[in-house]
Amino acid sequence: MLALTCPVETPLHRVPVGAKLLGLALFVLIITQLKAPALAWLAVLLVGVLHMALGVQILLFSISLLRPLLPFLLIIALWHAYTGTLAQGSTTGARMIAAVALANLITMTSRLSDIVALLERSLAIFNRTLQARRLALAIALVIRFTPVLRDKSDLLADAWRARRNTQPRWQILPPLALAAIDDAERVAEALSARGGV
Amino acid sequence: MERQLTLISLFSALIAILGLVPRIDLISGVPITAQSMGVMIAGAVLGPRRGALSVLLFLLLVALGLPLLAGGRGGLGAFASPTAGFLVGFPVAAFMTGWVVEHWRAFLLPTVFVGAAIGGIGVLYGFGIVGMAIVLNKTLLEATLLAVPFIAGDLIKAALTAFIVQSLFRARPSIIMSRVVR
Repeated sequence: MLALTCPVETPLHRVPVGAKLLGLALFVLIITQLKAPALAWLAVLLVGVLHMALGVQILLFSISLLRPLLPFLLIIALWHAYTGTLAQGSTTGARMIAAVALANLITMTSRLSDIVALLERSLAIFNRTLQARRLALAIALVIRFTPVLRDKSDLLADAWRARRNTQPRWQILPPLALAAIDDAERVAEALSARGGV
Repeated sequence: MERQLTLISLFSALIAILGLVPRIDLISGVPITAQSMGVMIAGAVLGPRRGALSVLLFLLLVALGLPLLAGGRGGLGAFASPTAGFLVGFPVAAFMTGWVVEHWRAFLLPTVFVGAAIGGIGVLYGFGIVGMAIVLNKTLLEATLLAVPFIAGDLIKAALTAFIVQSLFRARPSIIMSRVVR
């Protein structure tokens, strides 16, 4: 299961995850207060410069991650062009791009193990060591079983296509959910046999 | 305890793959992302609290950077995008669906449909519209206009959720936790 972390080591990888998340929160807080388009696009430029400092590949990958925003950017452009408030639309679009791009950069430069460690430490602070272990186990279970269920869904899709020459319909979902439920029961038995949680 | 943990985790995984397999057509020729159906199924099957926990676990993994959202999206960027409101509303939608199924003691099929409609459409769109209004800097009415075209598809998904949960109940009656006879 591939995470969205960039495998190429950058200086930002070495910054503690907590500090990066705090920085992101502050950045988003600040840019939501910006009203002038020039300032909002300056923020976009700053984020772009940060990307460039880490490498061109990072910048290109980050731009590709912005693709889901295109429909919304189009809506904003058309809407504000129609109502004659292009400056406001420009600010909104710039804020969105800057926030999402920086958030994606933080995700790219934070290893999954580091973030899970941060979570465990945070829960331990509240004297929740047991919950931390259960949460870590739950995370591991989801990561482990997502490819398993995906393979099952591929098998079900193949079985469907062997019987009908169409794309699989919703009817493959009940057996898929049953596979998830049965796997859950079996893993629960295995966990109990090994001492439980 | 173990069973609850594993059921919550496996349903999170189920919601994840319902975003990763876009090649399911829900009705002939209409490809719709099935991920919100996973949320409603989790609520209906696991009950309000466990269903919401399952969805929260899924969101945690998305925040951790795993590309589990429909279309392989993920990471913190998803929580800054215009659809972030819907993400925040997912666990509440699951809770609502589960709550209706738990408390309304009618036949399972209409109960799940009503629960999924109230939770997966009413509540979810409430959160989603507020989120869009904030990120896109629009009024609530304008954001509602943007969201309205998708309601028809989600009504179909609510109906399908009901059929799926009914099938699950026939196959494994004990799994619908709120309907287990004590």
